[in-house]
Amino acid sequence: MTTSFTADEMMAIQAARRIADGTVCFVGIGLPSVAANLARRTHAPHCVLVYESGTIGAKPVELPLSIGDGELAETADAVVSVTEMFAYWLQGRRIDVGFLGAAQIDRHGNLNSTVIGPYDTPTVRLPGGGGAPEIATGVRDVFVMLRQSTRTFVSKLDFTTSLGDNVRVVVTDLGILEPREGELTLVAVHPGTDASTARSATGWELRVADDLRETEPPTVAELTALRALRTKGER
Amino acid sequence: MALTALRDAVRELVRDGDTVALEGFTHLIPHAAGHELVRQGRRDLTLIRMTPDVVYDQLIGMGCARRLVFSWGGNPGVGSLHRLRDAVERGWPAPLELEEHSHAGMAAAYAAGASGLPFGVLRGYRGGDLPSHTRVATVICPFSGEELAAVPAHRPDVGVVHAQQADRHGNVQLWGIVGVQKETILASDRSIVTVEEIVDELELRPGGVVLPSWVVDAVCLAPGGAHPSYAHGYYDRDNDFYRGWDEISRDRERFLAWMQCHVLETADVGEYRASLEQAVVA
Repeated sequence: MTTSFTADEMMAIQAARRIADGTVCFVGIGLPSVAANLARRTHAPHCVLVYESGTIGAKPVELPLSIGDGELAETADAVVSVTEMFAYWLQGRRIDVGFLGAAQIDRHGNLNSTVIGPYDTPTVRLPGGGGAPEIATGVRDVFVMLRQSTRTFVSKLDFTTSLGDNVRVVVTDLGILEPREGELTLVAVHPGTDASTARSATGWELRVADDLRETEPPTVAELTALRALRTKGER
Repeated sequence: MALTALRDAVRELVRDGDTVALEGFTHLIPHAAGHELVRQGRRDLTLIRMTPDVVYDQLIGMGCARRLVFSWGGNPGVGSLHRLRDAVERGWPAPLELEEHSHAGMAAAYAAGASGLPFGVLRGYRGGDLPSHTRVATVICPFSGEELAAVPAHRPDVGVVHAQQADRHGNVQLWGIVGVQKETILASDRSIVTVEEIVDELELRPGGVVLPSWVVDAVCLAPGGAHPSYAHGYYDRDNDFYRGWDEISRDRERFLAWMQCHVLETADVGEYRASLEQAVVA
């Protein structure tokens, strides 16, 4: 079995490792869903996957393309209305970890998923915040997953969609950032990259931890479990 | 409530300039009803929906909408809604006003509308830039003094949802992911429910939502009416359609040709489905 892996696989595995068994995760589609499902299939069989469509304790066999795929409801412990999901479960502070992505992030972990350019005359109209504003303030720990580039890691957001107060980790294709003294700091780099690469992919003067380490590469077991997860409809 | 043809329900219940909410959170999206709005050429609509999705991309691209009230405007799992973006970024085919909320705010606004309250209250909208661009205010809890967000209630003129079943009296049941459909119907002045099937008697399902016939104005048989979304227990989500929509919707001419062929030149959901199958064969 080959031990080579893609940047997306590395990101999913790094995020999955941070999900402790029993954690209640609010999961979005894409890499967060991959990471949470991988954690559930490996070291965290009792982590609870909550999708904002109202499925609590979903155990999909195939990865969903949308947060409301039928398999999520079929395998869930409970299915609740969207109203109840946001009011009782998220606002009720029953979620440990929430995953967010974005088009832009700043040094404080604030995120923009709303517009590029001015709000009223945007150059790019992005999908918008969806659940993000209340996920960012309503969960205990926010995990951000983003590819690192100067386009994404910016000194000033075009729009603040959600606050960075609860961001505990940012997993990128280059390494791992954590807040230290109120500012995202590079604490680890993936094998094959280094701090200067991460610095040049960051639109602000990136702080690098004195104890910068290298992330553990994926194990064969992790890659096998990850590759067994397939998105519905993809063969 | 009346069991009626979707064409007649839309003609009688939806007017130009109305505020209309088509709901269904990734599941049971009322596409057949959306297509009928396009066929009848409704204009100047204020469209409310948490996730505008392909259904509103089509209505916006066909010039039916003046204003959009929403919280997440993408093609789930795929990317952008190109017709929505074209309207916002370049005013094509017409400028589109936006009233943007968070999911939690939209859900609270529907719940307030269903409750007959003037606003919904939540711990939300904190700190970001959205409050300065949308209708949200701060209220003080009279008991604790906590500052909370208030969102104006959604009170659509017409609420539209798709469900699995109705009985012959027009009682409706939907199950699986139930979204905000109950709130939408109860918040709306008038309502249309399309269904997969009319049955003699509803068999109550765990977690199912029942809408008694007297809160629904029109029940319309529209089997397959949620396509390309899905109807739990009837058919799966057409993920390939969502992926394919990205390319169809990217180009104005291609989009218009697609709408002409599959919506304007079809009379109802049956013909729409047949036209898609023909396109695959051809």
